[in-house]
Amino acid sequence: MTVTPMPSLSSLTLTQMKAGLERGEFSSRDLVQAALDAIARLDPSLHAFLQVDGDRALAEAAKADQLPIANYQLHGIPIAVKDVLTVEGMPCTAGSKILEGFIPPYTATSVKKLQEAGAIVIGKTNTDEFAMGSSTENSAYGRTMNPWELSRVPGGSSGGSAAAVVARLVPAALGTDTGGSVRQPASFCGITGLKTTYGRVSRYGLIAFGSSLDTVGVLAQNAEDAALIFSVMAGHDPLDATSADSSVPSIDLTRRPERSGAKSKGDLQGLRVGVPKEYFIEGMQAEVQEKTRQAIEQMKSLGAEIIEVSLPHTEYALPVYYILAPAEASANLARFDGVRYGPRSEADSMWDVFFKTRGEKFGEEATRRIMIGTYALSAGYYDAYYGQAQKARTLIARDFDAAFSNVDVIAAPTTPTTAFVAGAHADDPLAMYLEDVFTLPANLAGIPGISFPVGFDSQGLPIGMQLLGPRFREDVILRAAHAYQQVTDWHICTPKL
Amino acid sequence: MSLTIQQVEHIARLARLELTDEQKEHYRGQLSTILDHIAKLQELDTRDIPPTVSGSLSEMPLRTDEPRPGLSIDVLLANAPETADDQFKVPPVFE
Repeated sequence: MTVTPMPSLSSLTLTQMKAGLERGEFSSRDLVQAALDAIARLDPSLHAFLQVDGDRALAEAAKADQLPIANYQLHGIPIAVKDVLTVEGMPCTAGSKILEGFIPPYTATSVKKLQEAGAIVIGKTNTDEFAMGSSTENSAYGRTMNPWELSRVPGGSSGGSAAAVVARLVPAALGTDTGGSVRQPASFCGITGLKTTYGRVSRYGLIAFGSSLDTVGVLAQNAEDAALIFSVMAGHDPLDATSADSSVPSIDLTRRPERSGAKSKGDLQGLRVGVPKEYFIEGMQAEVQEKTRQAIEQMKSLGAEIIEVSLPHTEYALPVYYILAPAEASANLARFDGVRYGPRSEADSMWDVFFKTRGEKFGEEATRRIMIGTYALSAGYYDAYYGQAQKARTLIARDFDAAFSNVDVIAAPTTPTTAFVAGAHADDPLAMYLEDVFTLPANLAGIPGISFPVGFDSQGLPIGMQLLGPRFREDVILRAAHAYQQVTDWHICTPKL
Repeated sequence: MSLTIQQVEHIARLARLELTDEQKEHYRGQLSTILDHIAKLQELDTRDIPPTVSGSLSEMPLRTDEPRPGLSIDVLLANAPETADDQFKVPPVFE
């Protein structure tokens, strides 16, 4: 738990980079070079990146330095992108051998919006294969290390993005969250991770995993930076039929909660924070409970009102998720057949090409989920599995609706434990699935969530808390996290590397 | 519940996955454990509950059906393992 003594340019926050560029203290080229230097020094031991395109990034930076700064929100700032989002001309693997060598012909809308605002994509970060996993161990290209302790996992599936941000290689990185894949690695790495409302950010150019659950999010050093990236990439996209037609509010982090009076005592005066008893359970790490409760107390001292709430169907979230997500994945991953992209395993007939290519190139977790999903959708089982899960999903969403009629946000631990040792769940997929037990419900309900650091355990590993908000109220959870970060310094702690 | 090897083979066939005998046994055990856990859902009474079929609550807007520029054939075929005459090429479908 040491603060870097001599901050290099690459360890500045996104907001600091923006301010420094505006004041002419350094150039975009300086920032990109600092990021590339940090990656060259640290990534051999972290493996956060699958691709780094330094030449392209430096060329874009040189161009940015010629343009007027004032017109662009993210002018000349280097970022990283999880390798499930396409960037034209930059190899994209989704962490899978079945997409080895694939070079996308177009750029994902979320990335494109950041680029149009001036951001420079420096590379693609490691991920569990097709974003399926909670440790980044399922990447076909080797695992990412947790920068706090290299023998531990960074979480997943956006583990490469989380490791890159906490190691201060880039100020922010895009991730995706289908069952917790932004919040859980943010928690394990001690950074801030925003999962957006379903439909809030376009998924055009995102390699689909669970289409009714997938969301694009951001991992950053703090809520302020996450808010900036969010406000740039959110909004309707005609190329994504599931992207919502709702306007994106400009996010004023200093605005007080709606109910606060003129004589408010603290930044969170008037904010009603719900604490669900189902998220403080036996079997979870005691220190995680303790630090989360302390953070909630701190929010109270800032003026928030703490209210106990119940989300009674929480225990069904895991079985619902592990029917719906694999079912959707089994359909989405049908397109990988060795015909249009990726490598082909040669055989005499087309059918054998399908069987061999898929059998040889999909990794173990992808194979497992395709099989669960195929089974759940197969004749005779559909109603009992898929149909029942869709109904149970309604009950889980209704739990949140009921809670949000009384509270503005819900506060809970992001994960039951801190980062686990690599290989701990190698032979027990169900134990790995249980790591996501607190993050899955938000995806089933389609609501936004933000995870941020609230302390460390006795082994020096970060602990994260999540705030969940009603649909399309990213502004409320971002403001609350920002207020907390104004009076705490967990988010500025970095590992010794 | 415990899956049989025949059931695993049936699932793998539907999913177009070639598995070794060792893999079949491996997944048989793991899928059975996972399905046991999932079976918890059966205890839930959902008789009058409508299914959630989409992640969106609101109506999804359709874009206007107007032609717009797409990607060229060359670009679209660039990632394919095998092509011929501006098309994807595959081995014979019928003997």
